[in-house]
Amino acid sequence: MLHTRTVEIWVGVFVAAGLAALFMLAMQVSNLSSLSEDEGYLVTARFENINGLKVRAAVNMAGVRIGRVSAIDFDPETFEAVVNIRIDSRYDKIPVDSIAGVYTAGLLGEKYVGVKPGVEYDNLKNGDRLKGGQSAIVLEDLIGQFLFSKAADGGSQ
Amino acid sequence: MVEWLAQLGRTGLRFFERLGRAHLLLLHILAGVHTVVPRFGLAIQQLYSVGVLSLIIIVVSGLFVGMVLGLQGYNTLVDFGAEESLGVVVALSLVRELGPVVTALLFAGRAGSALTAEIGLMKATEQLSAMEMMAVDPLRRVLAPRFLAGFLSMPLLAAIFSAVGVLGGFFVGVGLLGVDEGSYWSQMQDKVDLYDDIYNGVVKSVVFGFVATWIAVFEGYDAVPTAEGVSRATTRTVVHTALAVLGLDFVLTALMFGEQ
Amino acid sequence: MLASTSLADANKPMTDKPESLVQIRDLHFKRGVRAIFDGVDIDIQRGRITAIMGPSGTGKTTLLRLIGGQLRPDQGSILVNGQSVPDLGRGDLFALRKSIGMLFQHGALLTDMNVYDNVAFPLREHTQLDERLIHDLVLMKLEAVGLRGARDLMPSELSGGMARRVALARAIALDPTMVMYDEPFTGQDPISLGVLVRLIRRLNDALGLTSIIVSHDVDETAAISDYVYVLAGGHVVAQGSPQELRQSESGWAQQFLRGLPDGPVPFHYPAADFAQDLLTPAGATARRG
Repeated sequence: MLHTRTVEIWVGVFVAAGLAALFMLAMQVSNLSSLSEDEGYLVTARFENINGLKVRAAVNMAGVRIGRVSAIDFDPETFEAVVNIRIDSRYDKIPVDSIAGVYTAGLLGEKYVGVKPGVEYDNLKNGDRLKGGQSAIVLEDLIGQFLFSKAADGGSQ
Repeated sequence: MVEWLAQLGRTGLRFFERLGRAHLLLLHILAGVHTVVPRFGLAIQQLYSVGVLSLIIIVVSGLFVGMVLGLQGYNTLVDFGAEESLGVVVALSLVRELGPVVTALLFAGRAGSALTAEIGLMKATEQLSAMEMMAVDPLRRVLAPRFLAGFLSMPLLAAIFSAVGVLGGFFVGVGLLGVDEGSYWSQMQDKVDLYDDIYNGVVKSVVFGFVATWIAVFEGYDAVPTAEGVSRATTRTVVHTALAVLGLDFVLTALMFGEQ
Repeated sequence: MLASTSLADANKPMTDKPESLVQIRDLHFKRGVRAIFDGVDIDIQRGRITAIMGPSGTGKTTLLRLIGGQLRPDQGSILVNGQSVPDLGRGDLFALRKSIGMLFQHGALLTDMNVYDNVAFPLREHTQLDERLIHDLVLMKLEAVGLRGARDLMPSELSGGMARRVALARAIALDPTMVMYDEPFTGQDPISLGVLVRLIRRLNDALGLTSIIVSHDVDETAAISDYVYVLAGGHVVAQGSPQELRQSESGWAQQFLRGLPDGPVPFHYPAADFAQDLLTPAGATARRG
């Protein structure tokens, strides 16, 4: 049996290493730093088709993340998708006539919400509604349009 | 034909018998665990043999697994032009799955089998009996500290495995294959969630630690007190722990990561 | 057969309270389908050395476990100092065990601690004594068995005989009233044997112990015992002082004490007729005897 002092020291080292690893995972690997922006204000946006937009997807403006999608609902009366967005409280000067659209990031097809700024003087506040503009691009529609326009060209010849 | 059915029945009965004994043992240990706290020196000694002595294999394995993930991940992602996401692939694979599961399997092989052999040997040489006759409850003196040590060690070992693996992926991806250092970490930080991924991974390793230590301690205590019996018990520990961990992993993953 | 009679003084004066410390009546115990005890009555007298002898497998070790409460009898009573052992609650059972020391066949020392710690183990577990007092007690016990100088050795470094002596020191650490010895003489060289034999007798007398020796080493055990029980087939087949037994007419006693190959315990394992067996061609289903 090893001397107790040595054993205790090594166990201490082991536990410290384990905790350090957990700490490293929390700090370096996860989004801990960006979790602190829980406060923020809520706005909504409505779309005809969100096609794969997920909760916690990024909400960007000029390519910079200003918030996240906090919830996605369906309005059974207007048949629209209602997207709840939580915008970081730092960004409180977004014009009320800004337009939100669902775009695709990168080739892997991840969807995000992009906000194009408007020109109004008033800014968005908690509970406001963003103008929903560009709906998500649906590949099938695009192909259909392309074929249709090709056919139209061919017919006019 | 009838004989075969009878044999099946017997095997089934024996299985449930063992299961019952295992649960009874667990209850007795849990009832006595609180007696370890004032005598924490016992647990510290076990933390050393179970935790510290497993460090080398965990660190080396974690490093290699992380490096392989880096290599394989790069090879696949580069076809999609998505190699900048390597950090995400490595981190998520490790934190969600490979960290807890591989650590549990390695634990079973190194620490679990050692626990079983030690306890089985104590049974075979009548040390447990001697303790009983000296009015010392072997469940509290011998089994409970070992159980506590295994249960506490596993999450720490899994965290170390994942952390070292992420670093291994970093060395291979950024160091060798030219992935952008900033992208490696920033994409990872963006996509790995503290609660959904890290916390769930820790929960998994706690559950695996509980099960792996329980199996190791039970097999040792229940072993036939001969050399052959102890040897068979050690094998059973490794096999049963592997099966239990993989099965539980599926259940836990379905529960945790099932619906997006 | 005996070297000297000075070790067992058959004319030793009786102790003041000659009643039994352990009283076993009508004991029945089965393991599986085999009846290990089928109606056994045994009395262990205070202050004496009582031997339980018999062929291997008659359950002599089981008897010790029954007395110590590790096993429960199917039927019958086991009284130790007036208390019924099978009915004791956990606390009382542990209290009882503190007053009984047990020496296991191979010592059963705890392998992860040295000799000193092994002997100190019961003291540390059950008393709040200061380490300095424990130090003195441990050294006294080790001195009694002649192994004070070996206190820093690990059990793996001890010979079989030394391990048993350390285990003996450990067994008397809490100054018990009774000590049980499970096959203490098995496999020992003549010198260790002599040492152990003398130790058991000397300790019994010096400390006023009651001793139970379970053994099949006739010479050594008979040399120091005050009373002997011979068990076979689940019954007591002979009992008495070593002198009485040697003169007894019981076939069991004679076969056992003299080591005769055939007698009530047969030489041949039950089998079919020899001539028949030779004539039956090999491979044909032979009738099992």
